[in-house]
Amino acid sequence: MPSWPEERKYIGSHATRIDAPAKVSGAAKYPSDVQPQNWLYGMILRSKWAKAKVTKINLDPALKVPGIKAAVLAPAVSERGNDVTLRYYGEEIAGVAGTSKQACLDALRAIEVEANELPYVVREDDAKADDAARVWDEAPNLSRANVRQQGDDLDKAFGECAAVVEGFFTTPVQIHHPLETHGNTVSVTDDGVTCWASTQGITSVQQDLATGLKVPQNQVRVITEFMGGGFGAKFGPGVEGVIAGLLSKQARAPVKLMLTRFDQALAVGNRPSSFQKMKLGATSDGKLHAFSMDNYGTAGIGAGASSAGGGGGAGLRAPYIYHIPNFRVSQQTVAVNAGSSRSFRAPGCPPASFGMEGIMDELAVKMGIDPLEFRINNDPFEIRQKEYKFGAEKFGWKEKYKKPGSSPGPIKTGVGLACASWGGGGQGTQAEAEIHSDGSIEIRCGTQDLGTGTKTLIALIASDLLGLTPDQITVRVGDTQYPPSGGSGGSTTAASVSPAIYDTCTKALAELQQQSGVADARGANWKDACKKLGPNPLVVHGRWQQGLSSSNTGGVQFAEVEVDTDTGFVKVKKVVVVQDGGLIVSKLTCESQLNGGVIMGIGYALYEERYMDKTSGVLLNPNFETYKLTGLADVPEIEVYFLDMPERGVIGIGEPATIPTAAAIGNAVANALGVRVYSIPITPQRVLAALGKDKASA
Amino acid sequence: MSDPATPDGFSVSRRSFLKSFGASAAVAATAQLESVAQELQKANAENVVGPGTVPITLNVNGKPLKLEVEPRVTLLEALRNHSPLTGSKEVCDRATCGACTVLIDNEPIYSCSKLAIDSQGKAITTIEGLSQDGKLSKVQEAFISEDALMCGYCTPGFVMSVTALLRRVPQPSADEVRHSCSGNLCRCGTYPRIMHAAMKAAGVASTSKTEVIPYAKLA
Repeated sequence: MPSWPEERKYIGSHATRIDAPAKVSGAAKYPSDVQPQNWLYGMILRSKWAKAKVTKINLDPALKVPGIKAAVLAPAVSERGNDVTLRYYGEEIAGVAGTSKQACLDALRAIEVEANELPYVVREDDAKADDAARVWDEAPNLSRANVRQQGDDLDKAFGECAAVVEGFFTTPVQIHHPLETHGNTVSVTDDGVTCWASTQGITSVQQDLATGLKVPQNQVRVITEFMGGGFGAKFGPGVEGVIAGLLSKQARAPVKLMLTRFDQALAVGNRPSSFQKMKLGATSDGKLHAFSMDNYGTAGIGAGASSAGGGGGAGLRAPYIYHIPNFRVSQQTVAVNAGSSRSFRAPGCPPASFGMEGIMDELAVKMGIDPLEFRINNDPFEIRQKEYKFGAEKFGWKEKYKKPGSSPGPIKTGVGLACASWGGGGQGTQAEAEIHSDGSIEIRCGTQDLGTGTKTLIALIASDLLGLTPDQITVRVGDTQYPPSGGSGGSTTAASVSPAIYDTCTKALAELQQQSGVADARGANWKDACKKLGPNPLVVHGRWQQGLSSSNTGGVQFAEVEVDTDTGFVKVKKVVVVQDGGLIVSKLTCESQLNGGVIMGIGYALYEERYMDKTSGVLLNPNFETYKLTGLADVPEIEVYFLDMPERGVIGIGEPATIPTAAAIGNAVANALGVRVYSIPITPQRVLAALGKDKASA
Repeated sequence: MSDPATPDGFSVSRRSFLKSFGASAAVAATAQLESVAQELQKANAENVVGPGTVPITLNVNGKPLKLEVEPRVTLLEALRNHSPLTGSKEVCDRATCGACTVLIDNEPIYSCSKLAIDSQGKAITTIEGLSQDGKLSKVQEAFISEDALMCGYCTPGFVMSVTALLRRVPQPSADEVRHSCSGNLCRCGTYPRIMHAAMKAAGVASTSKTEVIPYAKLA
């Protein structure tokens, strides 16, 4: 069984991100930055109707606009011929490419589209009604319920409880909003296709672009040297990638088609909403005993397609991390005329955490038990057991936790906690090393670095295994010409890539030692050994091995908030994170991931919500002046305690840190006020409503 | 669709504005406004450019950048789409996120919201212009050492905002850093590290609150 070296100089060190110099200097070329010769600007025309039957589309006027070189219909539109129904505000209709953005803007205005508007529905509650307009003719908006249960008689089980609480928790549709929008620069020539993609998965882009453009997969090369964030929404080339390819083919020139921020909000993914009606009971010894949940949420138009088969896109993990002997969980997905959901950082978990951890606190309060003790009493995960105790000490839980609503004065303080659970395992990556006689070495791996630090991780591992320094190693990722690795989602990348780099470097070293006759070619002997290689470089292939990575992380977070009961404004003062993982490969980038998870969770708790207008079917807050993201001034003091467990090998930690933050803040707000705000984002209006101070929403 | 808020390309020309204004206001006032408009038109006549491309010269990072662009092209579009200077990023394209921040005469400016043609005759500094003789600036070095970046797409904007602050206030308080970066957004959540980087570049000590604890030592 392979194992990580006992002596680690760079693995687990504070070494800086290897691509940071390129990123701070503007030298890093993102897919939105590349400028192949004669490149054209591309843009997409989208539906301005929430639902409509198209009667006419005429692209000719667009082609007459000066500078315009190509105009194509969106693939779904051209495939459906005369039977085109647009199902949401923002659905792709056509694309244009021209010599400037301005030419494209003129061309989009010139395209003639006529359509008959059809009834639509954009809010979950409206879509559930029996007489609601159907998003899809062939299926009702509301999917069949997906039911899971345990125990013979739930009513009896609730009857056995010493205390039972009920609550209706809701979470909004959240939009990914990576700062680099979705998009690609695509060059289609007779020799094949080159695509610079802002993606989390170069191989899935290769596959889907080949299908979309009807070319063999081996003729499609995808390059992602840098990319500006994904958070789960960037797999595959997207409709926009195929449109860019079609435009490039027609114009016989490369086309850069990056979505606008508006497009981004409308069409390329979001986290489904949830409406969780819950009931939770515990026996007199403080053990959870009975639970019921009816949940529905929307995944946009995508839900309708899946509802035909009885599945659903908005399901949550329930009863979350807890083992409850008696439960019934029923979940439904409701289709609305809005863009489809996609996986979003820890899919299904932040909403589940907000609901479940909220009702846990309600029950603890009702039973007069400290919420910390209540969790210790009910959490089945051994590592988290220690994390509660350790975190509580660092946070000062015993001193800070007071009876709900007992904070004096108009500005009330409160504390809350919540926990996380995630996998973080991965496998399947391949890699190769190329070693030259001058001692230079390149490591190539067909993964992609989303800003998570994957390139840095590769350099640190290779440095320790070869006795070199990170600056001696050239790391290449993000190219389908390199050995395949797979998409970067589910926090799988670190656990999948690291063992492959271990294997590659170990084998390369053995091969180098054999060819050179140098017994130990590491460190000081490296150059001498390489000199004996001759003119042909040594190329060695390696792959993921068992035993160097694992999965299953916990994590606990504590939050302290201040709530102004006159204005309803919530200020997060402090968050303490206790996170386990495995072997820390890159300390700096690991910490950055944890900070980032918390900060995204603060946005989910307090600011972010997609807002659909029921009278026009339009998304009302597509850009950042109305869709609020957490800013620098909103960031509290964040203390991170990372539990080092090298014996577990490498585990990905990109997702767990964003799971419990909103729940911990929600519990802290309830602790401050003495009444609960059951819906996120916890806006000033909702706080005032909970306090009975806002007559408009009472 | 660049702006779904105006799906029909709704816009108000000066003439239609005056017309509608005239319909609801006194005729005399309209006549007066019409004459003002005529005067303005006359005064502007010699300065009318476009709608086709016009030659412009920008002073970017100390070098002249000669371009042929339409007058409606923003400074950001001129840099990103008409020159190789793609370091400034387009994220929101409406002055909410700061990823396009450049310095104009040392003032941080959203380049997405300033026309290229109006940026002539001023000293424009982009992220590519911060290093001197191939050496990164102290702000850039601090962003590297403090890991004040993740995906890196907001990074050029933050570096420019912090640079502008430190040129004005060499030793800022934390609140001054927060204020100077209030026009910049990051989605990855690098803010705490940006704060450290700004302080480090200013020579002000700040400490990280991260600890690695061996699991075996926990109770």
